[in-house]
Amino acid sequence: MWQSILQPWPWYVSGPLIGLSVPLLLLFGGRNLGVSSSFRHICAALLPKSPLAELRSYDWRKEAWSLLFVAGLAAGAFLATRLLSAQPAPLLPPSIHTVTGALRLLGGGILIGFGTRWASGCTSGHSIMGLSNLQLASLAATLSFFAGGLTAAWIHWLLGMGGR
Amino acid sequence: MGRLRYFLLGAYFGLVLTKSQVISWYKIRNMFYFREPDLYLIIGSAVLVGAISVRLIKRFHPRTFQGEPLSIPGKQLTRGTILGGFLFGLGWFTTGTCPGPIYAQIGAGEAWALFTLAGALLGAYLYARLQPWIG
Repeated sequence: MWQSILQPWPWYVSGPLIGLSVPLLLLFGGRNLGVSSSFRHICAALLPKSPLAELRSYDWRKEAWSLLFVAGLAAGAFLATRLLSAQPAPLLPPSIHTVTGALRLLGGGILIGFGTRWASGCTSGHSIMGLSNLQLASLAATLSFFAGGLTAAWIHWLLGMGGR
Repeated sequence: MGRLRYFLLGAYFGLVLTKSQVISWYKIRNMFYFREPDLYLIIGSAVLVGAISVRLIKRFHPRTFQGEPLSIPGKQLTRGTILGGFLFGLGWFTTGTCPGPIYAQIGAGEAWALFTLAGALLGAYLYARLQPWIG
């Protein structure tokens, strides 16, 4: 039993456990699952004097839960890696631990931050929470996420980088 | 308990994300190249459990355990849902990471995920700047 806990959990265990975050966060916290709002949160908190409507209209003191949630997220990943994994596997490929790789992560990160804020949600807020609430906007968002990802995969393949 | 509960709920989410391996660049690649069905099954079963829970909560218990009323505000379908969603998808493939896993990778000790986070914050700021024009 303990040995299998230390291995990666199969989809039929981990998928439902991820889904359970939706009712847990609703019933214990009164909040809708979502992570990308934390980007807006951090921007608003770092730039309290910003005149930009998107940041000014956001009461980050009132939404402190969002920051606590992502801090907990990192802590949970730390526990899972340090205490609950027999052999922690690499999360990013060695080829990305270079200057080019860093720029790639930075550039891709900009697309993630910009895109999720424009779409008002990410894989957590739309693909898990929104779809669980049977929202049309979240279905459209999820299909767009995959359209973007598959397009990038296709370009990647056309450039002959399919294996990497 | 106060606000500490959000930290604990986040820790639960981070723990199951990590053990499911969805925070791995390799798993994201395998999903987009249709090399293995794992991520589709994970998202599918998560939504199934989530949808049943939301339905039960709305029907029988539309309050938090502290007794506060619950609201699940719907999101509007706009141009940004599609275009922003597409841009995010490009970034998802490029970095092999989506927002939750960025924080999880950092917690798991993958220091280079800090570049992804820096980019995401920059992107969110850029959106705030352009928001008056693009909506």
